[in-house]
Amino acid sequence: MGTPVRSLTRRRLRGDVPPSQLRLPDLGSEALAGLLQRPGRSALTLLGVMLGIGSFVTIVGIAQTASGQIGKQFNVLQATQAYVFDAGAAQSRTPAVDFPPDADALAGRIHGVVAAGVYWPVHFKQAGVSAYASGFLASQRALPVTAASPGLLAAAGVKLVSGTLFNQFHEAHAQNVAVLGESVAAGLGITSLEGQPAIFIDGQPFTVIGIVASSQRLPQLGVGVTVPESTALRLWGPPAQEQAQMLIHTTLGAAKVVAEQAPVAIRPDNPTLLKGAAAPSAAQLQRNVSTSLNTLFLILAGIALVVGAVGIANTTLVAVLERAGEIGLRRALGARPRHIGIQFLTESTALGLFGGLIGASLGVAAILAITIDRHWTALLDPRIVVAAPVAGAVVGLLAGLYPALRASVLEPADALRR
Amino acid sequence: MTGGRARGPAVEPVIRLSSVAYTYRGPPPVHALKPTNLVICRGEHVAITGPSGSGKSTLLNLLGLLDKPTHGTLEIDGIDVGAAPERERAAVRAHRIGFVFQSFHLLPYRTSIENVMLAQVYADQPRRRRRAAAMAALAQVGLADRADALPTALSGGERQRVAIARALVNHPSLLMCDEPTGNLDTATTNELTDLLESLHREGATLVVITHNPAVAGRAQRQIAIRDGRLTGHPPDGDTRALPDA
Repeated sequence: MGTPVRSLTRRRLRGDVPPSQLRLPDLGSEALAGLLQRPGRSALTLLGVMLGIGSFVTIVGIAQTASGQIGKQFNVLQATQAYVFDAGAAQSRTPAVDFPPDADALAGRIHGVVAAGVYWPVHFKQAGVSAYASGFLASQRALPVTAASPGLLAAAGVKLVSGTLFNQFHEAHAQNVAVLGESVAAGLGITSLEGQPAIFIDGQPFTVIGIVASSQRLPQLGVGVTVPESTALRLWGPPAQEQAQMLIHTTLGAAKVVAEQAPVAIRPDNPTLLKGAAAPSAAQLQRNVSTSLNTLFLILAGIALVVGAVGIANTTLVAVLERAGEIGLRRALGARPRHIGIQFLTESTALGLFGGLIGASLGVAAILAITIDRHWTALLDPRIVVAAPVAGAVVGLLAGLYPALRASVLEPADALRR
Repeated sequence: MTGGRARGPAVEPVIRLSSVAYTYRGPPPVHALKPTNLVICRGEHVAITGPSGSGKSTLLNLLGLLDKPTHGTLEIDGIDVGAAPERERAAVRAHRIGFVFQSFHLLPYRTSIENVMLAQVYADQPRRRRRAAAMAALAQVGLADRADALPTALSGGERQRVAIARALVNHPSLLMCDEPTGNLDTATTNELTDLLESLHREGATLVVITHNPAVAGRAQRQIAIRDGRLTGHPPDGDTRALPDA
């Protein structure tokens, strides 16, 4: 029928019509407009994914915080505590203290150290502590006597009842001063520090300058006598039986690192003389205990997420049916089936993404609220915070697959009639 | 039926149907459109009339590439689009056909100009130029001052004019109007028919499907359809009336 000229024309014209398009910016604005058409419904649809993702983040965060926290409850002291042992003195035959006089200050420079101090128990062959107070001699033979640097009193967390603790001055001048435990003071008949009561340790006079109630980390300080380290060295020499050691109070989580760094920081000339150690952590044990509980909660969060996905799928499907006329119109305006499908898929993915974003934010807020309320340290893997909105988007994407397919296979002529 | 071609490029066909038929698969199969030949040339104003169930909508869907003929070949601008893949048919719809529907099909949450601009999305018009082109199309239908009004704030006639602006914005070869006045009162119908006529005078090719004799009477050529057959005069474009201005 057609002439050669016509068939040539036909071919040329065929190529003349550029394919219809849905560019990315247009896809974005069309999908957003679709969501904002019914903002209330979109918000309600968000709710499911929001709750799912939000509870997921909260549960993971609280579980992480709690497993850190349970460990902390049991080991609140150990978790913030490191030791440095005098390995050199332990191996040498002659008594020695390998900590320099300024060890407290050196250790204090390490990041994460709250307080640090050196101490050792002083042993006497045949000696004791006695006092003249209230006109009679009281003697307490078996009292533990501890030589300590001023930093140790802070590191050990002693509670002062009255008087004062000894300080750098007493230490520097090797003063004969002593701090007594409350019960010791009572046993020795010292009820008041007025008049500067004196005690005798191994026959040496000491002025009692402070009375302490208890010590969190070194209980012996609360039930014994503590004297400056330099004074003990001057009077009794370096410890022979039990070596000096350093007690370090660290910030939470720093103990291990501090223990590693301390020998170098304190004895840069010969770090091998000292040996750092952090208290063994019981967190691992607690983590095992709480895993089964976490699994249960995570299953619940997963159910919430599935419910959210069903919500998105349902809303998107309703939207597809409801907007059949719009779909028909778009097809008439040149949209290809895939343009329709991708638009609805983008809408459902955006719903999931927004739900995930809001959910993750609320989850973090909930974790913070709970941990602040309980005076806990919030622990949350930052990867969770990043993964949560992505998970929401994936949920939205999956939920949108079927409705998008339905939308894309809708016949334009049928769709326009609705 | 080959008379259109003999007249040369001045009456270049926009639509050519050769033995086009459409059968709804049964059971029982319904022959909605019996094999039909039809040529509509550039610049023509054609009315297709017929009672409901006559095959009018089927013909419109075929002419508008919203449906594929089950038999025959359908060409638009010389492009055989009857059996072409959807990608190609969508491209022709986007660039060569403008639709006007009875129920307007305006998106309710978008202003007039935004509704017009929707047509430019799929025709891949550069974003920067869309607003100006849409404004020009609205001006063409006399609605430049209602560009930022939502459809709910427009009268029926105004809504249909927005729809016409949307159909015009990509400068199509063919304006396909499906009962454009079906939802309008008499006075508005007259206004709208005047607008369609003026568009025709400016060179648009119009196919208007209607059951309103007054609207059909404005066309240069009336084609009646009954029981899936074109029965009007002339049935197949043989003695088509020449455009007269």
